[in-house]
Amino acid sequence: MMPEVTDGDSAVAPPLVQGRTRHRTRRARVLSAAVLLSLGGCGVLDHGMLGAAGPVADQTRSLFVIVCLILLFVVGPVLLLTPIFAWHYRLSNTKSAYRPQWGFNWPLEGLIWIPPIVIVLILAVFLWRGTHQLDPYKPLASAYPPVEVQVVALDWKWLFIYPDEGIASVNELAFPADRPVHLNLTSGTVMQSFFIPKLAGQIYAMAGMTTQLNLAASEPGHFTGQNTQFNGMGFQNQKFPVLAQAGDDYRAWIARARAGGKMLDMAAYKALSARSVQAEPSRYGAVAPDLFKSILALDDAGAHTAHKEAKR
Amino acid sequence: MSGDVWFWLFGRLDAKALPFVRAWDHPTLSEFIGAMAGGMVVVGAVVLVALLTWQRWWRPLFLDWLTSLDHKKIGIMYVVIAGVMLTRALIEAVLMRTQQSLAVDAPGIVAPEHFAQLFSTHGTIMVFFMAMPFLTGLINFAMPLQIGARDVAFPLLNSISLMLTAAGAGLVMISLAIGDFSTGGWSGYPPYTGKAFQPGVGPDYWIWAITLTSLGTTFSGLNFAATIYKKRCPGMHLMRMPLFCWTALCTSILMVFAMPPLTLATALLALDRYADFHFFTNDLGGNMMNYVNLFWLFGHPEVYILILPAFGVYSEVISAFSSKELYGYTSLVLATMAIGILSFTVWLHHFFTMGQSADVNAAFGIATMTIGVPTGVKVYDWIWTMFRGEVRFTTPMLFSIAFIVTFVLGGFSGILLAVPPIDFVVHNTVFLVAHFHNVIIPGTLYGVIAGYMYWFPKAFGFRLVEGWGKVSFACWVVGFYLAFMPLYVLGLGGMPRRSQALFEPDYRPWLIVAVLGAFILLAGLVTLFVQLAVSVREREKNRVPVGDPWDARSLEWSVSAPPPEYNFATIPHVGRRDVFYWRKAAHGAYKPADHYRDITVPRNSWVGPIVGLGGAACGFGLVWHIWWMTILGFAAVWITVIGRSFVRDTHRVISAAEVEATDRAWLAQVSGAHPIPRQLEESPKNFGLAESFPAPVPA
Repeated sequence: MMPEVTDGDSAVAPPLVQGRTRHRTRRARVLSAAVLLSLGGCGVLDHGMLGAAGPVADQTRSLFVIVCLILLFVVGPVLLLTPIFAWHYRLSNTKSAYRPQWGFNWPLEGLIWIPPIVIVLILAVFLWRGTHQLDPYKPLASAYPPVEVQVVALDWKWLFIYPDEGIASVNELAFPADRPVHLNLTSGTVMQSFFIPKLAGQIYAMAGMTTQLNLAASEPGHFTGQNTQFNGMGFQNQKFPVLAQAGDDYRAWIARARAGGKMLDMAAYKALSARSVQAEPSRYGAVAPDLFKSILALDDAGAHTAHKEAKR
Repeated sequence: MSGDVWFWLFGRLDAKALPFVRAWDHPTLSEFIGAMAGGMVVVGAVVLVALLTWQRWWRPLFLDWLTSLDHKKIGIMYVVIAGVMLTRALIEAVLMRTQQSLAVDAPGIVAPEHFAQLFSTHGTIMVFFMAMPFLTGLINFAMPLQIGARDVAFPLLNSISLMLTAAGAGLVMISLAIGDFSTGGWSGYPPYTGKAFQPGVGPDYWIWAITLTSLGTTFSGLNFAATIYKKRCPGMHLMRMPLFCWTALCTSILMVFAMPPLTLATALLALDRYADFHFFTNDLGGNMMNYVNLFWLFGHPEVYILILPAFGVYSEVISAFSSKELYGYTSLVLATMAIGILSFTVWLHHFFTMGQSADVNAAFGIATMTIGVPTGVKVYDWIWTMFRGEVRFTTPMLFSIAFIVTFVLGGFSGILLAVPPIDFVVHNTVFLVAHFHNVIIPGTLYGVIAGYMYWFPKAFGFRLVEGWGKVSFACWVVGFYLAFMPLYVLGLGGMPRRSQALFEPDYRPWLIVAVLGAFILLAGLVTLFVQLAVSVREREKNRVPVGDPWDARSLEWSVSAPPPEYNFATIPHVGRRDVFYWRKAAHGAYKPADHYRDITVPRNSWVGPIVGLGGAACGFGLVWHIWWMTILGFAAVWITVIGRSFVRDTHRVISAAEVEATDRAWLAQVSGAHPIPRQLEESPKNFGLAESFPAPVPA
């Protein structure tokens, strides 16, 4: 079953709601296909949200198309009226009316103020609903529990810890395509932003703190993830492959990681976190327990406070 | 031991700080480009000094200009700074786009370190040392004339503001030749810009350059607001001011309230860097999110500081060149003030992706869209100003029309970015870059260029040639669309901003279009300079001494071009809006006064230049840890300012006889001039006296 973002908080949405969502999604897909075609088949758009490969990006695309359509009502009149008025009332056109002292009209004021207010109100409704529906912290509805991944942003690479499997990988995020993924993110260095354009939106990763992101793929596939927040000289190279795999492939991937046998403990983490660009992914077959917590504690103000309180 | 002496004298300055030495050590193309840029600064400075000496311009430079407290001259000097800085930052932009178009799966010509300095200086300069000085210059020049004042409220403070801005700009320029600039972008987010990650001088250059200029800007804001509140001529009620003054007022208020958070944020960052504080560090309780909030608490109002004065320019230009009253004056005033207030309620939309709850994001998203309402109202007011007018397509008017059309597209992408889930997928990509260039280039740059061309004849007494102006206009518009529309596509395709290299072949064609656009934009700037040079050469042909070349409506056009240093022979009395238009209609313009009085004007002062120089020395000393220079610069500033407060003789008197002679000479020129119809305003026949077109109905 494809993971679906639902309106409600319940894991399994009522069929009616789900049906409507599907319908809306299909309609949006047709619309966005039209948008894509009108841009002349640019392959470049397929690398982003418009080439959505997961439910979050897909719903974001629908919202994007809806907002664009509403905005046509804002932009259209201006794009039409400006050249028309400028040309029609040009100096050399002696047939056009001239009212140099006309500068106010109540009905026109209404026309100028009220429609923008109405449009903003309409947009506000979509914005409020969309923002809650696509809250990155909100778990995705699915028949299966999400894969837990702890993400540590480093200079200039990404560390992914799989606490349930006891393994870790660097610069490679793998997960089963039929399960959603729940990410806890922090940074071992400066602020970074974690982004897989075809699957979901981005979220910052900051040292001493965690942020969360939920995402899923609609079907198996290979995608690119990246950091979008500039963090130094290796920034442009900080990309990683994202592998949404069939269940068997994912289990094989875990087995390969385990077989590698490398252990990720604090010492290994310290070595890893030195500034460097790592071209090829690497894996760790075992991870020290609660490593993610320990990494957080390195920079966590709360830890110091707790320490002081303990002393008292 | 000698190391100690060296450190005492030169701080952490060493030979490696010079780009020429670096290029010698590591002869790569990237280092050569850096050394060339540094060389250009040095050569430029040498040539300038030689020229000043050869032409014996040192005396007039200091006595007539740098020490002047005349708001018009200060305004012009601001615009000169903006022009110089625009040139540098635009060349940097072209270099960046060239790099990106070459660096798809290839190294390109600029190394990552160099590229990061390019985007940091480009952004810092364009915001703080191009747009801000340009619009401050225009406000300085036009606003006191428009409200019938002889000068701003605090002329000396005005000079100090200018010199602090110049000092900041100087530090950024020096960083090309000595040391290197920050790589942390124009927003300088810690912890990246903290000592742990950037121990070098780059972030320090950034901190002190913008600290100097933000102090200058705060003073400017206070000065302008006080001028508008206290120096309006009799009868100039607030609701009779030209709209440009309203936008200047709103911008000034924003400057006063928005610059302190920036000054604070950079000061705290400086404490982190210099004194091991932990405001924004990763460890020991520091929190970078506080910096991000403080920075954007400044940063968003800043957007409106940049854009509102340009809105004012458009209001003046569109009304003047539509030969018509501005439509919806009251609406425009309300919309301006509403934008001013709302601009303080939306800062969080710059970091929807920092992990706030959906409620918070949605609230700020809706607040952001709300700004679209007053902005939309303004756009429609300009459109309806053209309605039933007689539109003349002079270059400033063409810029205004291009602004409306282009800006609305920027508004479109702005509303998209205001929706948090959409922001999540385009934030930090070049879509965002396209958006803010799409609002700031038409919104601010076109506006200040239009204002420059509109008020140029008033400032210098001759018009700019139209032909080159239109060529330049075409370049700025075509270049803009080619340079930035591809970035929307690339951003939607997930391309991160600030990328020195790219690995996606699909990006290449769009990047090539973008670099083409960047070169056309550069051509726009070059033709702007060509226009200036040609206009200066042909100035005799295009003189407009009477002072009203555009048949305009507000008070600044009612005096000679250039205006006398005291602006008005007698302070005007105002009975309504667009007072000069109605005076012309009633044949009441160009009348001698009943009797002339002595006029007191401020004497020139060296305080401004000394404060600027002291500030720059203080900043440079701080950057390189040359403590004696820091202390000396700081002391020079304060001793000068305190010493000045003991000077009693700060004004001089221009006698009534001299004022009368000047005024009558000008009036004689007026009566000797032929009024020309609007159809001939671009011809040499335009002597600055407008034939009322057509004869307005007396009200």
